[in-house]
Amino acid sequence: MRDVNALIGKPWRKPSFIKRPWLRWALIIGTCAYLIAAFMTIDVNWSRVYEGLERGKKFVLAFTNPDFTTRSADIYEGMIESIIMTIASSVVGIAISIPIALGAARNIAPLPVYLICRSIIAISRALQEIIVAILLVAIFGFGPLAGFLTLSFATIGFLSKLLAEDIESMDKVQAEAIKASGAKWTQWINYGVQPQVMPRLIGLSIYRLDINFRESAILGLVGAGGIGATLNTAFDRYEYDTAAAILLLIIVIVMALEYLSGVIRARVQ
Amino acid sequence: MLRLEKLVKIYKTGDQALKAVDLQVPEGQVLALIGPSGAGKSTLIRCINRLVEPTSGNVYLGDVELTGLSSGNLRRERRRMGMIFQEYALVERLSVMENVLSGRLGYVGFWRSFLRRFPQSDVDEAFRLLDRVGLAHMADKRADELSGGQRQRVGICRALIQNPALLLVDEPTASLDPKTSRQIMRLICELCKERGLAAIINIHDVALAQMFVQRVIGLRFGAIEFDGAPEGLTPEVLTTIYGEEDWEATIEAVDDDDVEAAE
Repeated sequence: MRDVNALIGKPWRKPSFIKRPWLRWALIIGTCAYLIAAFMTIDVNWSRVYEGLERGKKFVLAFTNPDFTTRSADIYEGMIESIIMTIASSVVGIAISIPIALGAARNIAPLPVYLICRSIIAISRALQEIIVAILLVAIFGFGPLAGFLTLSFATIGFLSKLLAEDIESMDKVQAEAIKASGAKWTQWINYGVQPQVMPRLIGLSIYRLDINFRESAILGLVGAGGIGATLNTAFDRYEYDTAAAILLLIIVIVMALEYLSGVIRARVQ
Repeated sequence: MLRLEKLVKIYKTGDQALKAVDLQVPEGQVLALIGPSGAGKSTLIRCINRLVEPTSGNVYLGDVELTGLSSGNLRRERRRMGMIFQEYALVERLSVMENVLSGRLGYVGFWRSFLRRFPQSDVDEAFRLLDRVGLAHMADKRADELSGGQRQRVGICRALIQNPALLLVDEPTASLDPKTSRQIMRLICELCKERGLAAIINIHDVALAQMFVQRVIGLRFGAIEFDGAPEGLTPEVLTTIYGEEDWEATIEAVDDDDVEAAE
């Protein structure tokens, strides 16, 4: 214990996160040097950018004049396909995610189950959607089936991980109280755990629905069906006005989902 | 009715929370467990219904030895031990009624409980209990809308609807104001008397314990230091349980309370 008189009248500063000054300064200078060095390696072909700007301008201008009508049948078909893919993959993905999330929460699952479920999540998260889609298109052929499977698979990694984390941070005592009444494991989950994580589960599900819709637009680029296929065709034909129309529709639907999720989340709190 | 034999709990960290505790609780006796924080009070009652697994020793509830039971048999025995918690431990997003009925989970099957279709007798009993504690009109409110005292009364109903033989009560008044604390303690003791229940009540308010119970156990560093009637809690005894302090004020306060309670 230091004598308090020695501290009176001296300025006080919060202790640094890194205590050793030489290490602290070495890290700061090292980081700056790395950033400068990294920035110098970026090689930009300015004449190519200039050419590209012209094409970019055409693309942006198309948004002032989107063409919904010429390819309306294709757009409609693609949209419906995307929406079906989104809903089906969300429902299936979420249904599979819930048991995996229970298994991946360390506070309720035994170690072997925990490790298995965490590995499933790790695999699902490590494989990017596009890569999975390319693989599944190779197996199942072009079309929405590959897209549906891809999105279901991706949903598992996302939802299980976040739900498991919510289960791990739940209030232990509430669950303990249910256990003390002599409840079975399933009843314990239903009464002690589920009410605590329900708002998070609903919020995540709607968020995932939103992500799945956006992803379904990308997956078309690798042949996995949906509005993305229509969008890809429009680009290939340089029909930027049709592409703009499709993009606008995607934006509107994503915004509508965003609004809907806000309303629902406010209600389930 | 309840008998603990050489009950030992050593946590993974190496802390010896209970050192060979021997204790007998006869039918219908309400006893208070006092002692400083970290003395092992919570651990002791959690070792009885095995929310915490004891390291060694035996627990007998009636004729049944609890520490060796399989999980299925343990669930059946847990029905006979109602538990009331510090900070209430109600499931906050469930309604008052669901919380009370959750005390019946040991008796009903999964689908019945999942669909909230409890037997009529359970529902009737839940309403009777809620009415007994003055909360029948709150049945469909969500648990987190209630005040502290109301929540603890719901917690009491949840424990009693199990139709237990023993109540394990962990710091029932820790976050309540002095008046509500007394009301809750009085309610618990009255209900125990009405139903002939034995109870172990963890409590760190010595004066409150003295006011309501027939027997006091003093725990210090996981060992029983005192076992006797509340009148036996002299300043010397409190010093052996809690350490050196001026105890006159605590004990005097009890005398005042007794007068007040008698009025």
